[in-house]
Amino acid sequence: MSAATVTAAPALPADDTRIGLRANLRHLGALTRRNLMRIKADPESMLDALLVPVIMIVLFVYVFGGAMASNQHEYMQYMVPGLLGTTGLNLAMALGTGLNTDFQTGVMDRFRTLPIGRSAVLLSKMIAETLRAVVAFVVLIGFAMILGLDIKGGPLNLLAAVGLSLVFGASLMWVSMLLGMSLRSAQAVQGMSMLVMMPLQFGSSIFANPSTMPGWLRAFTKHNPLSALADACRALINGTPVGGSVVTVLVWAAGITVVTAPLAVARFRKRT
Amino acid sequence: MTEILRNAVEVHGIVKHYGETKALDGVDLTVREGTVLGLLGPNGAGKTTLVRVLSTLIKPDAGTAFVGGYDVLRQPKQLRRTIGLTGQYASVDELLSGYENLYLIGRLLDLSSREAKARAAELLERFSLTEAAKRPAKGYSGGMRRRLDLAASMIGRPKVLYLDEPTTGLDPRTRNEVWDEVQRMVGEGSTVLLTTQYMEEAEQLADELTVIDKGRVIANGGIQELKTQVGGQSLQVRPLRPEELPEMARCLHEAGIPATFSEESGLLSVHLTDEGQLTTVIGALGTRGFGIAGIDTKLPSLDEVFLTITGKSSVPAPSREKEAVA
Repeated sequence: MSAATVTAAPALPADDTRIGLRANLRHLGALTRRNLMRIKADPESMLDALLVPVIMIVLFVYVFGGAMASNQHEYMQYMVPGLLGTTGLNLAMALGTGLNTDFQTGVMDRFRTLPIGRSAVLLSKMIAETLRAVVAFVVLIGFAMILGLDIKGGPLNLLAAVGLSLVFGASLMWVSMLLGMSLRSAQAVQGMSMLVMMPLQFGSSIFANPSTMPGWLRAFTKHNPLSALADACRALINGTPVGGSVVTVLVWAAGITVVTAPLAVARFRKRT
Repeated sequence: MTEILRNAVEVHGIVKHYGETKALDGVDLTVREGTVLGLLGPNGAGKTTLVRVLSTLIKPDAGTAFVGGYDVLRQPKQLRRTIGLTGQYASVDELLSGYENLYLIGRLLDLSSREAKARAAELLERFSLTEAAKRPAKGYSGGMRRRLDLAASMIGRPKVLYLDEPTTGLDPRTRNEVWDEVQRMVGEGSTVLLTTQYMEEAEQLADELTVIDKGRVIANGGIQELKTQVGGQSLQVRPLRPEELPEMARCLHEAGIPATFSEESGLLSVHLTDEGQLTTVIGALGTRGFGIAGIDTKLPSLDEVFLTITGKSSVPAPSREKEAVA
C-alpha cells in the first residue's frame, strides 16, 4: 500500500524559481490582507499617522496661528497643506518598523519556508501602508475642512497634492526598509525615523516662511525636500502657481529611489 | 520492501561557518521515510543551523542535502512544498487570530479560498483550538501557541516535518500534549526531524538518534544501540552509613574499579563493564566491613549516554567529584 504512495525522485535540475502571475497575485492578496488585519488588530499604530497631525494642526493653528499670520484662517491655509504633504512620509516609516517586526518575530522565516516569491512579502507591505496613508489623508483632510480649510485649488489639485505626497513617501520607503533591516528593534527604527524626521519637518517651510529664519537655517530650509513638498501642496490646495516645486519633489523622489532602492533590495535579498 | 529504506532526508558533508565559528563542520545524516530522527546536542551544537539549512533559510558553505528528493540549493521552492517547520523561530503572526494565521498560510500554499478555510477549521479542531480560533494569537497560552505552530506547519500536509525544540519552555502537561500530537503525525506517515536537548523527549519520540556537538556528528544509531555503545550497566550502592562514601570509593579504586559518589544523593555509582564486576564490588565492600543498605543496577540513561559521547564529564573520577563538592 505504501508502495503506491512513494513517488520517484524528481529529475534534476529543475527550474523552480518561477511562480506564475496568478499565484503571485494570490500571494500578494493574502499578504496584503494580513498586513491590513494587523493594522486593524493594532489600531494604536494609526495614532502616529492620525493623532499627531491632528494635534499639530490644533496646536499650531490655534496657539501660534494668530501670531504667525494676520489671522488663524490665513495661517491654516499656509500650514495645513504643507503638513498634509508629510502624511505620505508616515507610510514610509511604518514600512520599516513593520518589516523589522516581521524579521524579529520569526514571521519572515515562516514566509521564507513557504513556496512564495519574496517580492510579494515586500510589495504587500507597501500596498498596505499606502492604503493606510490614504485613510489618513481622508481623515485629516476631512478634519481640516471641518476646522475651515478651503480647498481653493479644487478636488483635482487636492488629488495631485495627495499623489505627490504619496510619491515622495514611496521614495522614502526604501530608506525606511534599510533602517528596518539594519536596526535591532522596531522601537529603534521608530526612534531613528523620528530623529531624522523632526529636523527635516521643522527646518522646512511647513510651519513658517523661511524668509523669517536666520541665514544658515534658510540655506538648509531652501534645500530641504520637505520645503519643496510643502510649497507644492500649498500651491496646489490654494490654487496658486506651483512654480518649480512639483518638479523639485519628483526629482528628489527619483534621486532617493535610485540611490537607496538597490541597496534596500540587495539587503532584503541577502536576508531572505 | 525497498520503499521502506528510502531516505526522506539526506545530508552529505554540510558545512556552515560564521567567521571563525564552525556552526556546521561537515554533517552527514539520513532520516528514513516514516521515521523520527532525534537530533540531539547541547546548546550551540548546530542543531538549529542544520534545520535552517534544510528549510532553505540559509545556504550552506559546502555539502549537499536532499529533502523528499529535492535539492535544498537547486529546488528550494519544490522543497518548501514538502516540508513543515515548527521551531523556536518561524513563528505565527501574534496580531492575527489562530484562524487567520492558518488561512493565510493555506493561501500562500496555493489552496483555494474554500480549501484554505476548510483546512484551517480542520486543524483548529484537531489541535483543540476551535474555541480560541477568533482570538489574536498573542493572548494564547504557551501550549496553545505551540499547538498553533504545529498546526501551521501542517497546513500543506508536509511529507517531512522539522520540529526544532518543540517543547522547550513548556510545562510537563503541555509537553505531553505536544508529544501526543507528534506521535499522531508520525502514525499518519510523516517523517520527522526532531531537535531536542531533552533525552526524555528523544526517548519518547525518536526511532533513531544523531548526536551532534560543535557542528559535527559524534554518534548515531538506535537508542538501544547507543546505550550499549556506551556500554554496560551502572551499579548504584546505597551505604548504611553515608559518611563512609569517600572511603568506599577509595576502597574500590584500590580494587581497580573506578567509582564515583555523590554526597547529595548519598549514592556510590560504579560503571560495570563486565558481569563479574558486580560480585567483585560487593565482595570488596563486604570484606572491608562497609554496610550496604541497597543496590540497584540500570542501563545508562540517555543523559549519561549523551554526556559520555560528548565527553563532558561523563563518569568523573572521584577526585574530580570531590573537588566539585568542595
